[in-house]
Amino acid sequence: MIDLALDILSWILLTSGGVFVLIGGIGGLRLPNFYTRIHAASLTDTMATLLIFIGIILQAGFTLASLKLFAIMLFLLLTGPTATYALANAALLSGLKPDTGTAKDKTKENAPE
Amino acid sequence: MIYIFALFLLTLLVITAIAIVRAEDLFVAVILTSIFSLLMAINFFILDAADVALTEAAVGAGVTTVIFLCALALTGDQEKPQKQGQKVALVIVSILALVIIYSTFDNPQLGDPDAPVHQHVAPWYLEKTPEYMDFPNVVTAILSSFRGYDTLGEVFVVFAACIGVLFILGVSPPRKAMQVSVKKSGLRHHLIPQVVGRLLIPFIVLFGLYTQFHGEYGPGGGFQAGALIATGVILYALLEGEAEALRAVPRRVLLGMVVGGALLYGSVGVVCMLMGGAFLDYSVLAADPVWGQQLGILIIEAGVGMAVCGALLSIFHAFAARERVS
Amino acid sequence: MYILVSIAILITMVLAVVRALMGPTVYDRVLAVNVFGTKTVLLLSVIAFLNGRPDFLDLALAYALINMVGILAVLEFFQNRSQRNAKAKHD
Repeated sequence: MIDLALDILSWILLTSGGVFVLIGGIGGLRLPNFYTRIHAASLTDTMATLLIFIGIILQAGFTLASLKLFAIMLFLLLTGPTATYALANAALLSGLKPDTGTAKDKTKENAPE
Repeated sequence: MIYIFALFLLTLLVITAIAIVRAEDLFVAVILTSIFSLLMAINFFILDAADVALTEAAVGAGVTTVIFLCALALTGDQEKPQKQGQKVALVIVSILALVIIYSTFDNPQLGDPDAPVHQHVAPWYLEKTPEYMDFPNVVTAILSSFRGYDTLGEVFVVFAACIGVLFILGVSPPRKAMQVSVKKSGLRHHLIPQVVGRLLIPFIVLFGLYTQFHGEYGPGGGFQAGALIATGVILYALLEGEAEALRAVPRRVLLGMVVGGALLYGSVGVVCMLMGGAFLDYSVLAADPVWGQQLGILIIEAGVGMAVCGALLSIFHAFAARERVS
Repeated sequence: MYILVSIAILITMVLAVVRALMGPTVYDRVLAVNVFGTKTVLLLSVIAFLNGRPDFLDLALAYALINMVGILAVLEFFQNRSQRNAKAKHD
């Protein structure tokens, strides 16, 4: 009985994790600007990671593998947003302006003042 | 199941490879090379070769990308246009590719139990590993003991590559103090990467040590461990700067590690000879031959790990500490 | 169950590679590599469980740690490059 409940729960979690991964991927292609695409990428970094890994941990039970999965999840949750932050910061400091309609690389010197 | 994965991954591999060749901006080519390495690592993983996948991920997607970027910082960013000889090269490469594809029609199917390699070589290794060495990972057993001579050659190749790069980049001997220019770099002034990076560095080094000593029971071993520990020190160098990283692990120590690793491996072989066995026959190292084999493998894996870590870090510092010739 | 998730992750990897090939600015490509790296870790964990081999999780752990180092290196290099370009434009 508890096995069936765990199976259904992890099925739900894994499927919704997969859906979030797909949404993040499609968003990365269809969104117009670099800064908006970061939002799409961060979906997969956090939400999908949480759902998929918790789904697998529920299936694995209380073994060494669950500990490893928990560690992987922790490191992904820690390093994913950091890399995204560093990327957005580097882009902003190089002069890529947010809120533009196109995705051309404008430097600060050529920006109309 | 494996065919679906292979379809996706191999198609992506071909597309990425074509994009790498056609890219004119070298920076883009380096980024695409990182994706290529990851694809190869997943391919190896699907084919059940976990040790190779770990090495490819650690070395290809981590250290090699960093070293390429350091090299790009020293040279120009655009590829020089090359107009002559393209048609001839294309024709020759196409003919050779067709010949190679034709020659693969004779290969046995993937995982075919009647393939010649599964008749006497593979079953012998699979039987003799529990008998001689008594640990689960057959890949490590073959790598370090049954084919230990080849691995000795590999360590010497790594050593030679390190020395070669150091000769070309003209690093002066460590007696003179190297003037490392303090570059003003962006990452040092950002708080979030610093905090997270400092949290991660001990874990990376710890995981590298775990991989080093766990190589007999799971995927791991000296090469992967060396690459992982080098990645940890490279992260430190990225966050704190070249000079700090050189103060933490100076060049003398790196050269000592490279030389020491190669010497350690060779000297284990010589000690085996001195104790009455053949070169690199670890069974004579202890009273119980199984424990002798395990001890020998432990020591030479340590030697391999030291050599690889020292070599990768020396090459990284050789590139990263140079001023750009403008 | 695992197969559906693996196929979803594979499709997203294809989309990420398309973004890496297509992206007009360099930062789009770096973002695509980051996404690809995260998907690799997810795919490795899911397949390791699919094949019933939990000791292959070491690869996913290693790559989760290494992913950030690659991205930080790319950003460090790129800041140096744009600083150099800005200085070259000044002179």
